[in-house]
Amino acid sequence: MQALTRKQLIDKAVSLLDSNTVSAVLGWKRGEFDYDITPAVFTSADELNREFIWNDFCGANFSKYLVSKTDRLEGKLLVFLKPCDTYSFNQLLTEHRFDREKVYAVGIPCNGMADIDKIKKITGDGISKITDNGDNLIVETLYGDAPVEIDKADVLAERCINCKSKKHVAYDELLGEDGEVISSNRFDEVEKLEKMTPDERYAFWQNELSRCIRCNACRDVCPACTCEKCVFNNPASGAESKAPSSSFEEKMFHIIRAFHVAGRCTDCGECSRVCPQNIPLHLLNRKFIKDINCFYGEYQAGAEVGSRAPLVDYTTDDIEPCDVFNGRDTDA
Amino acid sequence: MRKCALEKINSVFEEIAKSMTLYLPVDGSDGKAAFTKWENGMEWSDALNTTKSPKDFFFPQSEDLMKFKTEGKNIEIIDTRDEKEDFAVFGVRACDARSFDILDRVFLTEPYDSFYASRREHGIIISVACNKPSETCFCTAFGILPAEPGGDITAWKDKENLYLCANTEKGEALLEKLEAVTEECTDDSADTIKESIKKIAEKLPLGSLSTDSFGGGKTDEFFNAPEWSELSEACLGCGTCTFVCPTCQCYDIKDFKTGNGVIRYRCWDSCMYSEFTKMAHGNNRLSQKERFRQRFMHKLVYFPENNDGIFGCVGCGRCVSRCPISMNIVKVMKKLGGKSE
Amino acid sequence: MNSDALIPKIGVITDVRIDTPDIKTFRVVTPDGKKAFDHRPGQCAMLSVPGVGEAMFSITSSPTNEEYMEFSIKKCGCVTEWLHSAEVGQQITIRGPYGKPFPVDDVFAGKNLLFIAGGVGLAPLRSVINYCRHYRDRYGDIDIVYGARGREDLLDYNEIIEEWANDAGVNVHLTIDNPQEGWDGHVGFVPNYVKELNFTTDKTAVLCGPPIMIKFTLDGLCSLGFDKTQIYTTLELRMKCGVGKCGRCNVGSKYVCKDGPVFRCDELDELPSEY
Repeated sequence: MQALTRKQLIDKAVSLLDSNTVSAVLGWKRGEFDYDITPAVFTSADELNREFIWNDFCGANFSKYLVSKTDRLEGKLLVFLKPCDTYSFNQLLTEHRFDREKVYAVGIPCNGMADIDKIKKITGDGISKITDNGDNLIVETLYGDAPVEIDKADVLAERCINCKSKKHVAYDELLGEDGEVISSNRFDEVEKLEKMTPDERYAFWQNELSRCIRCNACRDVCPACTCEKCVFNNPASGAESKAPSSSFEEKMFHIIRAFHVAGRCTDCGECSRVCPQNIPLHLLNRKFIKDINCFYGEYQAGAEVGSRAPLVDYTTDDIEPCDVFNGRDTDA
Repeated sequence: MRKCALEKINSVFEEIAKSMTLYLPVDGSDGKAAFTKWENGMEWSDALNTTKSPKDFFFPQSEDLMKFKTEGKNIEIIDTRDEKEDFAVFGVRACDARSFDILDRVFLTEPYDSFYASRREHGIIISVACNKPSETCFCTAFGILPAEPGGDITAWKDKENLYLCANTEKGEALLEKLEAVTEECTDDSADTIKESIKKIAEKLPLGSLSTDSFGGGKTDEFFNAPEWSELSEACLGCGTCTFVCPTCQCYDIKDFKTGNGVIRYRCWDSCMYSEFTKMAHGNNRLSQKERFRQRFMHKLVYFPENNDGIFGCVGCGRCVSRCPISMNIVKVMKKLGGKSE
Repeated sequence: MNSDALIPKIGVITDVRIDTPDIKTFRVVTPDGKKAFDHRPGQCAMLSVPGVGEAMFSITSSPTNEEYMEFSIKKCGCVTEWLHSAEVGQQITIRGPYGKPFPVDDVFAGKNLLFIAGGVGLAPLRSVINYCRHYRDRYGDIDIVYGARGREDLLDYNEIIEEWANDAGVNVHLTIDNPQEGWDGHVGFVPNYVKELNFTTDKTAVLCGPPIMIKFTLDGLCSLGFDKTQIYTTLELRMKCGVGKCGRCNVGSKYVCKDGPVFRCDELDELPSEY
C-alpha cells in the first residue's frame, strides 16, 4: 500500500490546475488491468478523476518525459516524482535537458513497486483483479480459485528491494513524509559477479545477453540516454545496427551503453524493468557505480544538481590509471 | 487420435529428435520460457507464451542472405543458402500457429522468399491447446480458437495425457513415426479438455474485443483520427512490440564487412524506429505519432485490405504484457473502434 | 536451389557520363556484355555496392535499347557517392526490374503526351520519352517541359537538343530557375512555366521531380483544367527489398516498390498523405 491515496494525488493535481499553477499533469493512467498502467498527460479534473491511477504498479519514471513533454507546452507541467525519480530529475537538470521553470515537481513517498511477473509466478496467468488491503495484495484469477493473498514484500521489484533512497532530492512541493537515504544491499549481486572467475562471469553475461532482441527499450526508457540521435540509430555512424552480426556484438551494445551512462546513471532501474527478456541490465550499471565509489569516493549521480561526476572531473587526487588497471580495492 | 501419458512425454520428444531437430519451450534462468533446442533431460515448459515468438524459426531475427568477394573491380556473389534440415517446433500456441498463415501471405506470395519458404517446407509445427489462457490473451477476437490450434499436429494436454491429432500430411507422417511411443485413442478423447478451454475462453477479459470497426477500406476513417496523438503520447519509439509480435515482418537488409569479404544479411526492423523510412533526401514519417499509427493501421486496415479481410494480429497478448509503457493494439482498438459506433 | 528476388546479378559499368555537377549517367551490362534483364518504361532496379549498400534507381534508358541499361544518379547518399567515384569496368550488383511501369501501350497509346520534369526527375521520364519516340506513330504530339536550377544542371542536355527537339511533333520547353549568362531560353520555375505555356487539356501528363515541384505543378495543371486521372507521376520512398515485403515503402495498402512507383494522381488521393 502506498502512503498516499489516489484521491490525494488527484486533489493536489486538480488544485494546481485550478489555480493555474500548472497547465497539465504528467501521471499514470489506468489500463485494462490493475497492473496495466501508461504514462499520460492530463489536462482536466474530469480526465484525472476518470483515468488517473496511483497504486503499487506505477513504476514508470517520468523524468525523461520532461524533455519532450515540456518542449512545446504553454505553462508548467506538474510531475509526480517518487524518491528514486528525483535523482533522474536532477541528473537531467545537470545535463540541461529540460527547463526547470516549466516544471512543477511534487514529491510523493513510495513504499516500493510490485513486479507483476513475480505475482504471476505465485498465482499463475489469468489475473482478473488485484486489490490492496494494506500490507498484502489480494490477487484473483479467471480460474475461480480462491483469491491469493500475497505479502507485498515477496513481490517487490528488484530495484525496490534494493531501494537506495526514500529521500526526495528535488521537488517544489512534497506530499506526505520525506524519507532517508538507505544503505541498501544493492551491490551484493555485483560482488557475486566480481567473485566469479572470468570464464564464469563471461558465461553469466553470455547467457543473459544472448536473450537480447535488440528492441532498444532499455535505451529508450533510460533517463541518462537522451542523445538526440543515438549512435546506434545513425546510419552515418558506421555503428548502426538492429541485430547482432555476431554473438559478441550484442554484448558490445550493452557494454558501450553502460560506459556511456557511467557516472550519470542514477540506478533508477528502468532498464531492467522494461526489458522484455528480463536481462538484469542494472547489474552492468551498478558495477560502474560501485567502481566509481571505490576509485573516487562515494558518488550518487543526481543527488544534487550541477555536481561534477568523477569521470568528467579532474582532481590531483584522482586515482592513477595503473592503479585502476591493477584493480586497487575492487575486491575489498 | 493418439495419446501419450505425460510421464512418458520425453519418449515422444526423444522419438521426434531421432529424425529431426526439436525445439520446445523450456524455462530459462530468468524464469521465462523460451523455445530451446531439445536435449535429453530437458523439461517442456507449459508456460503460455514465450517472449520471442516462434516466427524466429521461419523468419529469424537475423540471417545471412549471401556473401560477396571483391577483388579489384570484380565482385563474386556467393549463394550461402544451404539445404535446410527438417525440424519440429513443439508447443506452439493457437495464436502463433495462426501467425504463420499471416507470414505466409507475405513471404510466399510472388516473388517467393526462398529463405522463408525453405524453412516452412522443412519445419513441422506441433501446436498445443491453451488450458489456461492469460488475461492478456485476445486471440478469440480474431476468430482463433485456443481449444483448436492449427499447425501440422494439434496436441491437447490434460492431467494425465497428451492427445495428438494430425492436421496435414506432414503431421500424419510424423505421428506414424511416433506409433511406438503413443497409443491409439478415440477421437473424442480430448473433448473434455476442449470444452473446458472453450468455457474459459468465453471469460477472457479482452476476448470480447471487437474488430468490426476495422478492416480494408477504412483508411480515411482512421488515418486522421485525433486519438492517435493521445495513444502515441507516451510511446518510447522502441521496438519491443514489433520484435515480440508474431506477425510483424518488416525487415532491413544490411552489409557487414568481415575483413575478407562482405556478408549481406537481413534482420528484423521496426516501423516504430525513427530511421525506418529515412532516405538521403528526407523522411516521410517524422514524428513518433506517424510511426505509431503506421504500425496499427497496417495491422488493422492495410493488411486486411490486401489479404481478404484477415487482420495482421493474432491476439497473442505479447505486446500487452511487454510494452514498456503498456500501450498496445487492444487500447488502440478500443479507443478507435468505439469511435465509429 | 531456386533463385531469390533478393539475390542480385553482377553488373559491369561500361560507361560513365558526367551529366551535371552532381549527376552521372552509368551504363550497365552483365559481365558477358548483355542487358541484365528486360524492363518497361518507369520501372526501377536495385543497384548495390557490396559493403556500402543497396539502393533503388529508375532505369533511365528505354526498353527499346537492347544493348544496355542506363541509370542517371544524383550524388546524395553513401551508395550514390561511391558510384560517383566508380570507374569504367567496375562491377556492381543489379536486380530487378521492379514496380509498375507507365501504361505506355494502352492508356498512353494514341494520346498527346505532356512530360514535365525537374532536375534529376528527368531520369525516369527519359525512359518513357525515348520509348514513345521509338514508337512515334503510336502517340500524338509530345510536349516536354524540363527545368533545373541552372543550365549546367539540365540532365541529358545534348540528347534533348540534338535528338528530341529535332523530332517531328515533339516540342521541348526548357527552363532554368535563375538568369544565367549564355542562356537565352526561359527562366523561371517549372510549375509557373507550365501555366504560362497554357497547355490544352487534350493530353496525358507525366510528372516527375522534387515533391514540392510535383505539388505545385499538379495544382497548375488542375487550374488549366486537367483532371487528375490524366496525370501520372512516380514516387520515391525508402526501399530495401523491392518486392513489397520489407515494409519500408508501405503507404496505406500500397507498396511503392510493387504497386508503384508509377501512380495516377487520382490514385494518390486514395492514399494517406505520407509520401
